[in-house]
Amino acid sequence: MDISRRDLFQIGGKILVLASVGATLEQITGAAPPGEAYRMADHWWGMLIDIEKCIGCGNCVRACSKENNVPQGYFRTWVERYEIEDEAKPPRVESPNGAIDGFPPSTRTDLKSFFVPKLCNHCADSPCVQVCPVGATFVSPDGVVLVDQTYCLGCRYCVQACPYGCRYLHPETNTVDKCTLCYHRITQGLTTACCENCPTGARQLVDFKNPQDPIHEILRTQMVQVLKPYMATRAKVYYENLDGAVR
Amino acid sequence: MIPGVDGFMYPNEVELQWSVLIVLYPYITGLVAGAFILASLERVFKVEAVRPTYRLALLTALAFLLVAPLPLQLHLGHPERSFEMYLTPHTSSAMAMFGFVYLWYLTVVLLLEIWLEYRAEIVQLAQSTAGPKGWIYRLLTLGSYNISPAARRMDDKVGYAVTVIGIPSAFLLHGYVGFIFGSVKANPWWSTPLMPIVFLFSAMVSGIAAVMVLYVVSMKLRRTPIDMRCLDTIARYLFYTFVIDFTLEMLDLVHRTYESDESFRSLDFMVHTRLWGSQVILQIFLGTLVPLLLLAANQLFRFPEGRRKAMYMTAGALVLVGIFAMRWNVVIGGQLFSKSFLGYTTYKMALGTREGLLPAILLFLLPFAIFLVLVELLPPWQEGKAHEA
Repeated sequence: MDISRRDLFQIGGKILVLASVGATLEQITGAAPPGEAYRMADHWWGMLIDIEKCIGCGNCVRACSKENNVPQGYFRTWVERYEIEDEAKPPRVESPNGAIDGFPPSTRTDLKSFFVPKLCNHCADSPCVQVCPVGATFVSPDGVVLVDQTYCLGCRYCVQACPYGCRYLHPETNTVDKCTLCYHRITQGLTTACCENCPTGARQLVDFKNPQDPIHEILRTQMVQVLKPYMATRAKVYYENLDGAVR
Repeated sequence: MIPGVDGFMYPNEVELQWSVLIVLYPYITGLVAGAFILASLERVFKVEAVRPTYRLALLTALAFLLVAPLPLQLHLGHPERSFEMYLTPHTSSAMAMFGFVYLWYLTVVLLLEIWLEYRAEIVQLAQSTAGPKGWIYRLLTLGSYNISPAARRMDDKVGYAVTVIGIPSAFLLHGYVGFIFGSVKANPWWSTPLMPIVFLFSAMVSGIAAVMVLYVVSMKLRRTPIDMRCLDTIARYLFYTFVIDFTLEMLDLVHRTYESDESFRSLDFMVHTRLWGSQVILQIFLGTLVPLLLLAANQLFRFPEGRRKAMYMTAGALVLVGIFAMRWNVVIGGQLFSKSFLGYTTYKMALGTREGLLPAILLFLLPFAIFLVLVELLPPWQEGKAHEA
């Protein structure tokens, strides 16, 4: 077959355009780069939350709700506002509708006040996983606590066993639902919807098996804490600058 | 402000997950375990005085045991998947063992013991009864018509062995229910190693009281004199068991109060507000102290027969209400406070929904209907062996 110079330019041009469109689509959709399949054994996911950076805007709650079709009135993530007047007294805590619309301005300025984003702690020793009578909820090999919706009985023992209040019965599926750490996204090389939509970078998806992940440096040099450490669940959501009053 | 919520609840905690049906479940299994323990008093521990209630106790246990899984089944989001607990049980889950403990107790202990106890009569009735009822008896013989003295002796021996196995099994059945709650470390209201043993003794108390009340009511309905020696003995054992139960519950209370851990202030407030009626008034005062005093008075003084009966019946009825209140306070109370210890929610019981009050009432009445059928098929009355007061 003879190829004229004109044909060569035409074909070359088409390849160039398609390749560039392909690259753009890849960037837009976040599809995994070709030839690099996701290996669960190479990851161990968690999250780092910096309390000082959270401004209580509720972007994360809205993004999560939209991304995961979270039913109204239930929350895979939410934000709490703590107001502490006197260390000897219980703090005043609120989370109006999970802070999906943020918070009304505080009426007091003479208080210690901060925001605490909450989500499933993706515990390595999850009490919820332990109690599930059929093993419908499990820790994936890459460290994410998931629920098999086709297997869950809806007994809600796991809801009782979670110390952090992160689970609920989905009113439509009648199975237990919770944060999946946007598993459909992170396995495609993306970050979670909440992290992506946080305007201040207060929430960071971390991969403990990635030696380049900044989490290692932070754990080594900064004061970090998990929620309710006495529950010994080996929670993987770490908080920077967490006040001792937070439960 | 969210209606029914005081202070702060984690947003997913506002709605209660375990309803009145889950209150009913430990209550019913408790009645089973308690009734069986009473039956074993006669069989294993040779307390001859309670002989008139032996069969009654077994049939009561069976009637309630047949209903025990129904509240759980109704409660599930996907009842059609419940068989997965048998096929692929998750070995680390306390709840996964339910099916196996239940089946063991139903088939190996209760059905076998009742069959052996009634076998001779079943054979006689199979040979003398016509019509559909006769078919049922012939089916119940399981093809064995040998009721020679040697065969009966063998029945008795095996029956004894089954009862001996049955006692730890009854302990397992209800102690295990307590463990389901007691092992939830996230919930300080539930999480105590005392929970299985408190459940066990309260089960014995409720089961003994139930058989005592059923015995008196049955005798009244049948216009048959009540065996007072039997009634006095049951009341005495009820008193002993109740003293242990009350001591354990007080130990739990004293321990919590003295330790005063992080959750104490929140739980204490809950008991003084949302649970005041069901815990302090119903469970502790009316359901425990009053019946204990009535039963204790009978250990100290000799009252006339009529008054004794009235006192026992009052105590029995109050015990049954009190133990139900105890189950309510454990199951519902354990979900009324936030795991943040900063707030409280309210249980809004629906009426006609799947987990509402109406199904709960029907499920509670169902064992009585089953009991009537069982009594009709396998009469438990043994007046010939009764002792007069």
